Amino acid sequence: MVERTFTVIADTGIHARPATLLVQAASKFDSEISLEYKEKKVNLKSIMGVMSLGIGKGAEIKITAEGSDEESAIQAIEELMKNEGLA
Amino acid sequence: MSTMIKGIAASSGIAIAKAYRLVEPDLSFKKTTVDNPEIEVSRLQDAVKVSLEELEAIKNHAEKNLGADKAAIFDAHILVLNDPEMMGQIEDKIKNEKINAEAALKEVSDMFVQIFDSMDNEYMRERAADIRDVTKRVLAHLLNVTIPSPSLINEEVIVVAEDLTPSDTAQLNRDYVKGFTTDIGGRTSHSAIMARSLEIPAVVGTKVATTEISNGDLLILDGLSGEVHINPTEALLEEYRKKQADYAKQLEEWAKLVNEPSITKDGVQVELVANIGTPADVEGALQNGAEGVGLFRTEFLYMGRDELPSEEDQFEAYKAVLEGMKGKPVVVRTLDIGGDKELSYLKLPEEMNPFLGFRAIRLCLDRTDIFRTQLRALLRASVYGNLKVMFPMIATLDEFRKAKALFLEEKEKLEKEGIPVSDSIELGIMVEIPSTAVLADQFAKEVDFFSIGTNDLIQYTMAADRMNERVSYLYQPYNPSILRLVKMVIDASHKEGKWTGMCGEMAGDETAIPLLLGMGLDEFSMSATSILKARSLIRKLSKADMEKLAEEALQKSTVDEVIELVKEKVAE
Repeated sequence: MVERTFTVIADTGIHARPATLLVQAASKFDSEISLEYKEKKVNLKSIMGVMSLGIGKGAEIKITAEGSDEESAIQAIEELMKNEGLA
Repeated sequence: MSTMIKGIAASSGIAIAKAYRLVEPDLSFKKTTVDNPEIEVSRLQDAVKVSLEELEAIKNHAEKNLGADKAAIFDAHILVLNDPEMMGQIEDKIKNEKINAEAALKEVSDMFVQIFDSMDNEYMRERAADIRDVTKRVLAHLLNVTIPSPSLINEEVIVVAEDLTPSDTAQLNRDYVKGFTTDIGGRTSHSAIMARSLEIPAVVGTKVATTEISNGDLLILDGLSGEVHINPTEALLEEYRKKQADYAKQLEEWAKLVNEPSITKDGVQVELVANIGTPADVEGALQNGAEGVGLFRTEFLYMGRDELPSEEDQFEAYKAVLEGMKGKPVVVRTLDIGGDKELSYLKLPEEMNPFLGFRAIRLCLDRTDIFRTQLRALLRASVYGNLKVMFPMIATLDEFRKAKALFLEEKEKLEKEGIPVSDSIELGIMVEIPSTAVLADQFAKEVDFFSIGTNDLIQYTMAADRMNERVSYLYQPYNPSILRLVKMVIDASHKEGKWTGMCGEMAGDETAIPLLLGMGLDEFSMSATSILKARSLIRKLSKADMEKLAEEALQKSTVDEVIELVKEKVAE
């Protein structure tokens, strides 16, 4: 299992396009990937789950991946966060 | 048995085709318990699968016709349907509670809708709408009914709807949609304007189209008289096929005038130009013989998206129009949002009287960030053609001066950055508020031109909301009071050596054209499809005679007297 913690820096937080991109990225991997915010944990492959957290700017979030491709999954997500200016 | 319903003729032409109802089907169902939940789960999975295929098709169609930007909404729908959380919960519910798929779907979806709806965030509330939409689609498949979509149409039809939204009309395929008829709306409502821009006949405001017409009924749609015949007799069909042919012949006659000047019998030339909403309208404008663009409504660049369009996006659109018009004049109206046109992402507070509220130039002078971006994009595009810029809803000279100052500031900045900008951009105003019409002589000293926006000028002068059907009788373009205001504006501009155009519905109206010509209007801006008809009319009139007619009309006291007078003097 691997995990990373991020601080969200995007002004709009994680909804709209960013949430869609994150879910699309996560869905490409077999590993179970989850997103944790304020003690709530959701499936990162679920758009409803991600958006229902209402993550705003400055939020501390933890992403965990567990499975055969956990390393590449977490890397892909980290890259996306950087490229999109999310964290 | 043939039935006839009547509405407002909103876009001319005659169409004969089967009805396609763009109306939401009945999606009611009963919650039941089931013995074999596995069957329900597989029914759900099948419905989801078909829905996904449908959404992919709609998305592809939207991408081709509207661009990737607009198609993104369907991506969101697809994502919701693929959501493991939501689908998992529905399946669990079916298995645990042994209920039918319809009920489980609805209950889980309602729960999510409630979560999103209660969030203090516009974007999230819009996602609630996505979930509702997707749920409806799956539910329809479970119930074996179809949800109509403009992009699923694949044969020649006449669309029947309560009203058509901008996104509906944008998805209409012109190869298949031969016309449309709606329950609500008037000549100036969005659906009517779109029909004229798509050049398909339309009858709006029938009140009963969706109740009287069933899917597959054969319809005759007469966009000239406003009549819709349902399942007509063979004799009536024959009559209309002939009318249709006559109209086509008439169009051919008019088409000969495409490259002819708009000149009266006694040699006075005026300009006939087009109202457009997007760069895609340029082609139609030119095909219909437009001598320029008299109104480019820039709102469409701002609508149907999540955020403001960038300077670059706008620059490309303005450049495309200017280049497309090949040096012919293009009058661009700066952002006219507010009133009935909303932008959800601007989060403007709701107002009691939006038409009298914070809109158009009032908003732009407050949100100068938005305004400056648009002005920069326009200035940068100015070197690609003959650009003129006008500000909407000007009520005082101060407003014009402020807007002009911002324009000049941005111009100077661009010049300092070494970006080429045209030096001959005319700056004008829309005259749509009576205060401005009355003070036109003072305005004329400072503006380069006027463009009279009759739709609003009439509603503000008569104090009658043009969306309110109960006071629509007060929408009187030929009322002598309106004519006098128009005359004041034209005279004031000519006295200062300036020109006046008109870009409301009135400019393309057969009864108004003789009067406007007589009052000295220089530029008539209308739906592209009205141009050739107007040109044909103008070429048969004499300016000197129309001057006398206008003078007489200005002395009349009621709208009926004016109409009577025009009929009598301009009888062909």
